[in-house]
Amino acid sequence: MKLALHIWRQKDSNSEGKFESYQLDQVSPDMSFLEMLDILNEKLISEDKEPVAFDHDCREGICGTCSMVINGVAHGPQGGTTTCQLHMQSFKDGDDIYIEPWRATAFPIVKDLVTDRSAFDRVIQAGGYVSVSTGGVPDANATPVPKPIADLAMDAATCIGCGACVAACKNSSAMLFVGAKVSQLSLLPQGQVEKGRRVIKMVSQMDSEGFGNCTNTFECEAVCPKEISVSNIARLNREYIAATLASDEES
Amino acid sequence: MKLDANIPTGPLEQKWTRHKFEMKLVSPANKRKYKVIVVGSGLAGAAGAASLAELGYQVECFCYQDSPRRAHSIAAQGGINASKNYPSDGDSVFRLFYDTIKGGDFRSREANVYRLAEVSGNIIDQAVAQGVPFARDYGGLLDNRSFGGAQVSRTFYARGQTGQQLLLGAYSALSRQIGLGTVKMHTRSEMLDLVLIDGAAKGIIVRNMVTGKITRHYADAVVLGTGGYGNTFFLSTNATGCNVTATYRAYKRGAGFANPCYTQIHPTCIPVSGDHQSKLTLMSESLRNDGRVWVPLKKGDKRRPGEIPDSERDYYLERKYPSFGNLAPRDIASRSAKEACDDGRGVGETGLGVYLDFADAIKRLGKKAVSERYGNLFHMYHKITDENPYEVPMRIYPAVHYTMGGLWVDYNLQSNIPGLHVIGEANFSDHGANRLGASALMQGLADGYFVLPYTIANYLASIKAGEVNPEHKAFEETENKVKERVTKLLNINGKKSPAQFHKELGHIMWDKCGMARNKAGLEEALKKIPELREEFWQNVKVTGSGEQFNQQLERAGRVADFLEFGELMCRDALVREESCGGHFREEHQTEEGEAKRNDEDYAHAAVWEYQGESSDPKRHEEQLIFENVKLATRSYK
Repeated sequence: MKLALHIWRQKDSNSEGKFESYQLDQVSPDMSFLEMLDILNEKLISEDKEPVAFDHDCREGICGTCSMVINGVAHGPQGGTTTCQLHMQSFKDGDDIYIEPWRATAFPIVKDLVTDRSAFDRVIQAGGYVSVSTGGVPDANATPVPKPIADLAMDAATCIGCGACVAACKNSSAMLFVGAKVSQLSLLPQGQVEKGRRVIKMVSQMDSEGFGNCTNTFECEAVCPKEISVSNIARLNREYIAATLASDEES
Repeated sequence: MKLDANIPTGPLEQKWTRHKFEMKLVSPANKRKYKVIVVGSGLAGAAGAASLAELGYQVECFCYQDSPRRAHSIAAQGGINASKNYPSDGDSVFRLFYDTIKGGDFRSREANVYRLAEVSGNIIDQAVAQGVPFARDYGGLLDNRSFGGAQVSRTFYARGQTGQQLLLGAYSALSRQIGLGTVKMHTRSEMLDLVLIDGAAKGIIVRNMVTGKITRHYADAVVLGTGGYGNTFFLSTNATGCNVTATYRAYKRGAGFANPCYTQIHPTCIPVSGDHQSKLTLMSESLRNDGRVWVPLKKGDKRRPGEIPDSERDYYLERKYPSFGNLAPRDIASRSAKEACDDGRGVGETGLGVYLDFADAIKRLGKKAVSERYGNLFHMYHKITDENPYEVPMRIYPAVHYTMGGLWVDYNLQSNIPGLHVIGEANFSDHGANRLGASALMQGLADGYFVLPYTIANYLASIKAGEVNPEHKAFEETENKVKERVTKLLNINGKKSPAQFHKELGHIMWDKCGMARNKAGLEEALKKIPELREEFWQNVKVTGSGEQFNQQLERAGRVADFLEFGELMCRDALVREESCGGHFREEHQTEEGEAKRNDEDYAHAAVWEYQGESSDPKRHEEQLIFENVKLATRSYK
């Protein structure tokens, strides 16, 4: 099939960007979306033009590196799918495809479709862990965890940290990402000890990175490649309120 | 080259305990004076960096990804082995040790493997304490399954995303240390060379992939946890960024590279669909617990699978290996698939595929139970192939997946270069010629959490802290060499992209050094690869400049190393005149087509020493001594 691609090109974080259009023929429906871009890049190289920079790594939907807004939707038209697992059978001959980077204040553009998502790392560094050091921990079966709770925690833990939730949100909110981590650890017995401290620190870091608040549009859930539920945002709010009340009592 | 494995004396089961006591310690007050560089942030690197920082060392950690959470360990699906014996089905440290040695076709070191089995249980405890949500049963305790050639259920798992959950556990431990300021993290940073001062590893040269700036980093010791070299084949299940550069450059600085020909071809991957293919997708072999592998009995049978009655199907693994059946180890399952396809009985459009059928499992367990076990894998398969595995059998074909070879290390995980430690897939130590399923996660985390933190102290205690000077001429020379190479790549301005060269190399490697190898083919590859390399240095085209984010330049540097390393793999495969594990030499097989080992001449690790650009590398041998297991023909019949 033949496609008209309109791709965001931007030299670096200090330059202004704009859309540039490319015609690409002989695209096979078996190709993945990124393989289609590989072919475009090979074509650009042969024409002495600079190829399009985009982030990708595992190409099997788990590392969370790939990140494109395709025709206005983070990760493109197929639900529950990362960009790398999107295949060209989702498009048809003669389509116009608009490809943009994640757009959010907290994710500055590095080049073309590549953004800097280190803000997510800093939110985790602020408290998204259980403070145990290596060694000296109890036997793994010492604390039983009810299966439904373990399953819920696992649902939340499948987050791949791609940032689609932020890119899709009109407020650039990171609450689905933060909610997923807070949920995972506050559901499990191992995360109980620090749960108040954790949520307060993570939310405070989230705010200082420039992520917005949640206004219940649920676009994040709709684009999430791992289909993480917005109920995790509700749990985040609950945990946060409980923690603030508790810390008021303590102070 | 001096190869002393430094295996502690005494009975096997006391070696590690005794060694921990005999090793030197660094006192708590002195630890903060030592700096350690960790390259790579996968299971081994993240676990190692976090654990060293917790102990009090200064740590700097480097990864090429934009976040340490994205290292390719994340893609491991099936599970992690540990000899907990929770199901009381007869497992023990010794059994896990024995299975791993046997699975590796008796080409690994007894003492290292025993230690791996010994610390395996600690990993599970650690992960659970970090909040890793392993699968549990209704009583709330951890669930286990049997996996890849094991007759006991010792595999812990988190749906089909065990690697992801364990990596995120290690990443959380690492993040905690970064937050505390004890680890300095460098993302989007690629190690381009190793710096030696007076023969010891004292630092690395790194390119910042955003700004293009090349910088020096010095430390008292360097740890490489940079993964395997599967991408030498271009198509593999590795992430597109995985590369051999860090370990290969260390080899060029004098580190021995052991058994480069040992590669694992995983039997259950989605078949190649066309020339545009950029990578292969693995389907966890846990699928083989319930799926049945078959091809049509008749050659060229083009009927749809549902139209082929049971009596006209060949469930070849069940037929050939009745006691293990569909759970036969990876090398055997892969080779059998190739045999069936070479015989003209392959399925799918290309004829390079076999069926993995769940119809019986769905009949036996119900769709719901099958979906609970494999739902995410079925979903992934459906998305990629547009076929629904609940209704038609999956098509699978082997693909390059893991590399057992790596930098040579002693019992302390130290290479022959003092101060250079190598952990995880990047070293050669534990899997011999074939790795068992669910053992990669175990080894990466064992090395990072429970071995390296002890053994590196033994080295650090022998040197004085903080004596490295980044102005030393060795840093300057190495940095200049790296810069020259970058400039050279950018100035060739030929006609072919780095990706084209990579693809061509991949074809040679897969054809001549893949699932089955022979003398003539390897010799042909050894002629073709240098030619391709020469063409690369005349005709590669790298767009853009060095002082910017430049993915073409990154790729070119990695492909240049693959073009040298591929030759070393073929060389190693040519000299090893036997079949063992993942290394199958067509000249060495039994009448039934099974691998034929030659213990008399090849019960050793082959360790290659770089001799400069104009000379062939030198092959050394570390004899493997088996005191606790009897070398036997590996039989899964």
